[in-house]
Amino acid sequence: MAVIRTEKIRFVYGAGTSFEKTALTDVSFEIESGEFVGIIGHTGSGKSTLVQLLNGLLRPTEGTIFLNGKDIWEKPKKIRNIHFKVGMVFQYPEYQLFEETVYKDIAFGPKNMGLDDDEIDQKVRNAARFTGLREELLESSPFELSGGEKRRAAIAGVIAMDPDVLILDEPTAGLDPLGREALLSQIADYHKVRKNTVLLVSHSMEDIARTADKILVMSHGQKVMLDTPEYVFSKVRELEKIGLKVPQITKIMMLLKEKGVNVDPSVLTVEKGLNEILNLLSDANNNCSRL
Amino acid sequence: MVREITLGQFMPGKSVIHRLDARTKIVLMISYIVFIFLCKNFISLLIMSLFSLLVIMMTRISFMKYLKSLRVILVVIILTGVMNVFYGTGDVLFQWWQLTITTGGITNAIFVIVRISMLMMVSSVLTYTTSPTDLTDGLERLMKPLTLFHVKVHEIAMMMTIALRFIPVLLEETDKIMNAQKARGADMENGSIVQRVKALIPVLIPLFVSAFRRAGDLATAMECRCYNGGKNRTRMKVLLFTAVDLTALLFCLIIFSGVIVSNCFFGSFATV
Repeated sequence: MAVIRTEKIRFVYGAGTSFEKTALTDVSFEIESGEFVGIIGHTGSGKSTLVQLLNGLLRPTEGTIFLNGKDIWEKPKKIRNIHFKVGMVFQYPEYQLFEETVYKDIAFGPKNMGLDDDEIDQKVRNAARFTGLREELLESSPFELSGGEKRRAAIAGVIAMDPDVLILDEPTAGLDPLGREALLSQIADYHKVRKNTVLLVSHSMEDIARTADKILVMSHGQKVMLDTPEYVFSKVRELEKIGLKVPQITKIMMLLKEKGVNVDPSVLTVEKGLNEILNLLSDANNNCSRL
Repeated sequence: MVREITLGQFMPGKSVIHRLDARTKIVLMISYIVFIFLCKNFISLLIMSLFSLLVIMMTRISFMKYLKSLRVILVVIILTGVMNVFYGTGDVLFQWWQLTITTGGITNAIFVIVRISMLMMVSSVLTYTTSPTDLTDGLERLMKPLTLFHVKVHEIAMMMTIALRFIPVLLEETDKIMNAQKARGADMENGSIVQRVKALIPVLIPLFVSAFRRAGDLATAMECRCYNGGKNRTRMKVLLFTAVDLTALLFCLIIFSGVIVSNCFFGSFATV
């Protein structure tokens, strides 16, 4: 069943003022429960607006958003429950840490949900484990942590609410390559264990290609496509037209194919590309020795 | 929602008022404040009000923007207006229990209301038409004589520039942090006053932390460029006193003398 379904949502910033600006027009799509969806698009394509609409921080000017078949704005006063069900990690989330200890900060969400102390404790420790925060860090002040640890603590604060849908807006921005790698695989692991739906907004095609089951492409406030990474990245021309690229390794394989080398052009990760080329080389070796 | 505050926001434009030298505008605004309080009768008040409306029209900024700036101090205007109605002398118009309304009270109330609104709108003219940098530049130049008394004029001006420059940045930051905490279930709209004040903590602490971080970064960046304010420092935009400024000064001089003349010839109505 579709966990999220949007029906022709339109969103206008500053409606009724002279600064009116349409951010989204007629966006309709469905996301199945348990999917890992990557959202890509150029700066200003409406990605961030879209994810804020999905968790109820913004209200669509027109159209409806359904969560598990129910209109999320059915009872505007109960919108807080939607925030809990659709967890949202903003860009640079480490700037929202405020409590005396990391533990208390992660517990902020669960506490607002009105859970009892035992449940909160369990959720906090689980979330810390998922994000790879060491147990002893929980009692230190969030302001003493390193940049990467702060980021993890902030993400743990959202994961601790146990949302049905987890949205991450550029979670790896500003991290070093190793930190990126580690954080992404932790998110992927979390997704595998919890089997919930994850939406990942990212600029990095490589990150998306590696982790996502499906990709939602946005451009100028409209949905361009929502499909598997193989399909999306085979549409190089369409992507380039809206200022997006395919992963570097896919580009290389495509160019090789154009030059007449017999490789699969839909390869999305460096590991698979490497295998493909090694296979080709050993084939060529065999052919040579046969001659 | 925090973005809707228009108080003290620069709106770029090409009107005559925009082109005036910041120093001229500051001096004229200060004298305007003095003269609006010197108005003793309706004729001089009318002169000043018409003059303000003329200036507002000349800025070519929509009148709604000025009304919006009034909204911020609406409570103050209403409160002082109502208070003045009851404190006045003259013919009694209405009496009930301890409260008396007199003709003098009503006149006073009108004077106070008009004065405060005009004051607010004309100060808005200054901030709407002068960029923050020009404004602080102008202030720095005007305060220059104070260096004789070892006042650090340049430093004060620099701090003002930075403070003004960071208002929009911090507003945007507040918006972001509020959204992030709302996403974690922070409830800022409901509950008792105590609860709502408590709900501000998750917003204020990150905001302060980020303000200090920005200040630190900025200081480092300035030091890296060997910033050394004050003496011998040249400017990218030099303030120029032109014929337009001279005209404006003369025109205002005429208006202000009009106020004095009408004060002398038509007596005084207001006692405040």
